[in-house]
Amino acid sequence: MAVDLEKILRPVDHPMEPYPAKFMTLASGETLVIREATRDEVPDILKYVDPLVYVERDYYDLVAARVYAELLGWYHHRMQDEYVLVAQIDGELAAVVNGRSVNPKLGMSLHTLAMRRGLRIGAHAFAAKMEYHIDILGHDEVLIVAESPIGFRRWMIEYQLEERFDTSHELGGVPSYALTRELFDRARDSLVVGRRPVPEDLLAKAKEAILPPSDPPTPPQDLLAATRAKYDSTGTSLILQRWVQEGGSDA
Amino acid sequence: MRDVYVAGVGITTFTRLEYPLAEIAAYASMGALKDAGIDAVDYVYVANMGSARINSQSALASAVVDSLSLTPAGATRIENGPASGASAIKEGFLAVASGMHEVVLVAGAERMREVNNLEATDFVATLTHPLAEYVYGVTLPAHAAMFTRLYMEKYGVTERHLAMVAVKNQNNALRNEFAHLQQPITIEGILDSPEAMTNNPWVAEPIRFFDCCPVSDGGAAVVLVSKEVAESTGRPMVRISGIGQATDTLAVHEREEPTELRAVRLAAEAAYEMSGLEPKDVDVAELHDAFTILEIAQSEEVGFFEKGKGHLALENGETELGGRLPINPSGGLKGKGHPVGATGVAQAHEIVTQLRGEAGERQVDDAKVGLTCNFGGFGNNVIVTTYVREG
Repeated sequence: MAVDLEKILRPVDHPMEPYPAKFMTLASGETLVIREATRDEVPDILKYVDPLVYVERDYYDLVAARVYAELLGWYHHRMQDEYVLVAQIDGELAAVVNGRSVNPKLGMSLHTLAMRRGLRIGAHAFAAKMEYHIDILGHDEVLIVAESPIGFRRWMIEYQLEERFDTSHELGGVPSYALTRELFDRARDSLVVGRRPVPEDLLAKAKEAILPPSDPPTPPQDLLAATRAKYDSTGTSLILQRWVQEGGSDA
Repeated sequence: MRDVYVAGVGITTFTRLEYPLAEIAAYASMGALKDAGIDAVDYVYVANMGSARINSQSALASAVVDSLSLTPAGATRIENGPASGASAIKEGFLAVASGMHEVVLVAGAERMREVNNLEATDFVATLTHPLAEYVYGVTLPAHAAMFTRLYMEKYGVTERHLAMVAVKNQNNALRNEFAHLQQPITIEGILDSPEAMTNNPWVAEPIRFFDCCPVSDGGAAVVLVSKEVAESTGRPMVRISGIGQATDTLAVHEREEPTELRAVRLAAEAAYEMSGLEPKDVDVAELHDAFTILEIAQSEEVGFFEKGKGHLALENGETELGGRLPINPSGGLKGKGHPVGATGVAQAHEIVTQLRGEAGERQVDDAKVGLTCNFGGFGNNVIVTTYVREG
């Protein structure tokens, strides 16, 4: 008897509420639209993720490689209950974020990849992802890790994430941090922005085509020097500072 | 004293640079020497504030002169806080004006992104009073916030005026290929939109994120020469016509009127006296806008506008490119960046470029007289320099 192997390989996705698109004004005055991507759009997105695999700066190489794999996995139905959000400016791809619903109570944040820097686009996209988990999917908490110092500052420090070090994260099996509903509510006023509904013309423009990033990160001139920049101790310093303020010794 | 001319200028991009500090100074210097068409130098001054602390490198001038293969020329590092750059230019000026040297290279360089942002903030804060300010955790943004609050109460400056400075300078920087910040910003995006508070959060109220200059790496250099040498280069003749320097109390709270920047006023008066110029003669200026309020306050203290009226001139567009007196066409510290030891030299780079008519898209029409204000500490050591185009 013939076996349809694809039926075995392909996970069965659970129904997930769609992410309602939103828009916001950036510091530049440009309008950023954040919306849920479709599987059909994955090849277009991958075209612009691929060059970042070769940017050996700020862990873009690692994050881009993993995003590439995760989106490809989603495209080929090899990831379960994954979603992908895209942030666009006039159609231009400015950021990609993704994650997974582990079960009705738990979300798994995967990656945040910003293609334009300096305007909090990555931070806005991450906030949208957390909004999806907590407000739309109804998760009690989201497990998060950072793979770069920038990510650590943006997530662990800005959201004051809780440690879940006894739980391995799906990314590398490393100890997790968690965003709880309470932490999200605390951050809501200062970090989570955006307006709904998105005007029809804006949304139509975003859906019409995923255009290439206009100013994507580029490879460093000097690899050794870029490597030095990886050892950014800001996160450690902040944690130590907070710990001392709470009465610990800095010895 | 002999007349002193700027025969060459050079600069690196201001950003996070991925090569060593001495090379940052060297690349800018090579640009300046090439610009002047000069390869023999009598003396080298290197302006830098923090190499020993943040780059674990002392005796920077020795490294720079060696990197440039300019040995056995004499070389000295000048450290005078954020006013190191103009201080080094002043020393170079004196060396040529006195007749001691014919050709002096002045380079300024800083590599602040070597350390994280907390360490960089702490490093800059070491210029405050060690016992009256630093030990209590005062940072430069905190000083600027207190100064801004007083200015708002006394003169009616608003958040919108601060944002106007930020937008003007950051957008000027878009016309400067060497500037650190290359993103446009708008009043809507940083002040008026529902998302503005997240885009532009408080750093130290009423100072917001976009009121502060970035932390930058970068280098700049100028070649100072006698008139005879300047004429032989065939480059446009830009003369340093006046230099004034003044100091104020180290601790800001000891000043009788903290909204006055006395050292700026006195330094400017000295520079005008030496040059025979008046504020109305100035066509273009580079002021030390480490925080947006400082551009407004300095524009008054150097005599461009009446005290307390600088923000009104800003409102009227007088200080933008195309206005009556463009201020910070380079982007200023706010848009171009602020590698502290390099800043004073970079201001000279911009003014000389403007007076030569070589500033491209940001060129100020028919600029013949320029002024720089390099502001050390929180106004406790200030150098104002005037430049004139001859011929």
